[in-house]
Amino acid sequence: MRIVLQNLTKAFPSRNKKSNEEVIAVNNFNFEIPDGKLIGLLGPSGCGKSTTLYMISGLLKPTSGRILFGDDDVTELSTENRGIGLVFQNYALYPHMTVKQNIMFPLQNLKGQDKMTKEQMLERTQGAARLVQIDGLLDRKPSELSGGQQQRVAIARALVKMPRVLLLDEPLSNLDARLRLQTREEIRRIQQETKITTVFVTHDQEEAMSISDMIVVMKTGIVQQIGKPQDVYDDPANLFVAKFLGTPPINVFEGSVKNDMLYVGSDPVLAIKGVADQAVTVGIRPEGFILDEEGPLRCKPVNVEVMGRDVSVVSTHDASSNPFVRSIINADNKIDVTREYVRYGIKSHKIFIFNKETEERIYFEVK
Amino acid sequence: MVESKHQWKAWLYLAPAIVLLLVFTVWPIINTVRMAFLEDYSIAAASGGEASFSLGVGNFVKVAQYQDFLVCLKNTVLLCLITVPISTLLALLVAVALNSIKPLRKLLQTIFFLPYVTNSIAIGMVFAAMFNIVGSLGTRRPLIQTVGIVNNVIEFFGGSYVNWINNGSSYWPNMFVLIIYIVWNALPFKILILLGGLQSVNKQYYEAAKVDSTPRWRVLWRITVPLLSPMIAYVVITGFIGGFKEYTSIVGIFGESLGPAHAPGRLNTMVGFIYDALAQHHQGRASAAALILFAIILLVTLINLQVSKKRVHY
Repeated sequence: MRIVLQNLTKAFPSRNKKSNEEVIAVNNFNFEIPDGKLIGLLGPSGCGKSTTLYMISGLLKPTSGRILFGDDDVTELSTENRGIGLVFQNYALYPHMTVKQNIMFPLQNLKGQDKMTKEQMLERTQGAARLVQIDGLLDRKPSELSGGQQQRVAIARALVKMPRVLLLDEPLSNLDARLRLQTREEIRRIQQETKITTVFVTHDQEEAMSISDMIVVMKTGIVQQIGKPQDVYDDPANLFVAKFLGTPPINVFEGSVKNDMLYVGSDPVLAIKGVADQAVTVGIRPEGFILDEEGPLRCKPVNVEVMGRDVSVVSTHDASSNPFVRSIINADNKIDVTREYVRYGIKSHKIFIFNKETEERIYFEVK
Repeated sequence: MVESKHQWKAWLYLAPAIVLLLVFTVWPIINTVRMAFLEDYSIAAASGGEASFSLGVGNFVKVAQYQDFLVCLKNTVLLCLITVPISTLLALLVAVALNSIKPLRKLLQTIFFLPYVTNSIAIGMVFAAMFNIVGSLGTRRPLIQTVGIVNNVIEFFGGSYVNWINNGSSYWPNMFVLIIYIVWNALPFKILILLGGLQSVNKQYYEAAKVDSTPRWRVLWRITVPLLSPMIAYVVITGFIGGFKEYTSIVGIFGESLGPAHAPGRLNTMVGFIYDALAQHHQGRASAAALILFAIILLVTLINLQVSKKRVHY
């Protein structure tokens, strides 16, 4: 099912009763989610991603704008009639029901021609349980399950009625690190097997990048960028997106453009054209550094962290906005941290420049 | 142990409460048991110091043989069995309704809670007036003119009046009024407990149910009731205990005659029986009846607990 969000806006009345100011949680969101894709809504807390999800679910009414499922306008449709599956952050499994009863519950609500016999329900329940690999746990109560198992039950319950759209609210936030890796692959697999259009919310960029077909990066209710994870990473629209995606995060420097030369501090790092002379903010991805004895960027090395295949060089630079500059280079290179400077060349597609005030990306050509 | 050094202090702080409990609760309980098993006990003889009483179950035999006692037992059990389920169910519905509205909730909550803080005897008198039939304004009907609001309403809709509680009324109309009164009186406490329980239920269960298009009645029976089951069990058990001690309501409506004028004592209960026995200085008989009442309450509570073990979730 294709989902279309048109000028979607949600304003909450201010907590402070005296002021009439509203809090805009989601501001003019436009997006068309293609059928059968897995979409990650990504952003720091308070960015409006969950609000967007709950508006798609119908549990929240948008202040303005429209939501379409395929060609149906569902904006005014209540949650009950939208045919969605929703997995809550805390799973919201009914504690008094067994796993089987929990999964079967949505089926028992079906009416009219969708009504099922007991056998059909049981079959579907077992099918959903198999899909999420909990078919051995059907007679347990939720309290007797681990977090990961509860998560699977919640997904099975959301999937069992074959929803038009599957929504997941921070599905992995209650799991430990190992389970999180495993479960996100599961979600990907289940989504690909069922081909149900799926939207999930997360604040973990790695999680979103690793399994989404497309990600939507949001900040304070405003969509910053939409695209395939790799595209957004390689081509961020502004400083926020560049900083939000990537571990370790991007290195940010004070810089300037003078006579078609990009400077980081006083180091001339790249000859470019098409940009007027101005002070800029420069972002360099950690993997954008090349060890080069003659390289233009001079950093003072502090420490080398060995990560196996790669090493992470921690150094300082006067123009850096962060205390440390982090570069990731192949472990074959030996770095002498006792030297005064370590010199780098820069991969031109890993360096971005941004307007100092608006933080919008400034595009340039390499000379 | 470090604590043992200070143990006397702990006892000292507990002493006021313990002394009061010993004098006014523990000793009376022991004494009740003692008196129940003494034959022909009388305070006058006992305080004279010369009397010695033999042990026996005579009091229990006597109590069981009293026609009055069987009437009281029947009334008490009937009132319990009828009012507790009705008031629990009504309280549940009211609590769910209150919980699902926002405007006027505080006002309605106060209104529903009023019976709890109002004098039962006064409420009983109001009920008696509402279900009255006798009046003196008769022009249309020379002998009997209905003035009670309930009969007025019945006549307004074309029915004929019912003799609820007045002279000559029959047993079930009497019971009906009592049941209404007791249920109404029992509601506030139950609503309060259940509403408290509802407010602590995670709202996400309801959102999840909504996503799954669950009809309202199914949400009530499959989600709300099971999640509230500990509170429901609590109000049922305390309801039964309170029900077996029913007495004030009967005095409130029927006065000290405990029944309509032509049949005094017809609506008496176990507690009433015990009071009567005490008033007639039959301490032994009163004690025996009190122990029987205690045994019944204990038994019912045990049954309740047994049932709730299977029905109450987590």
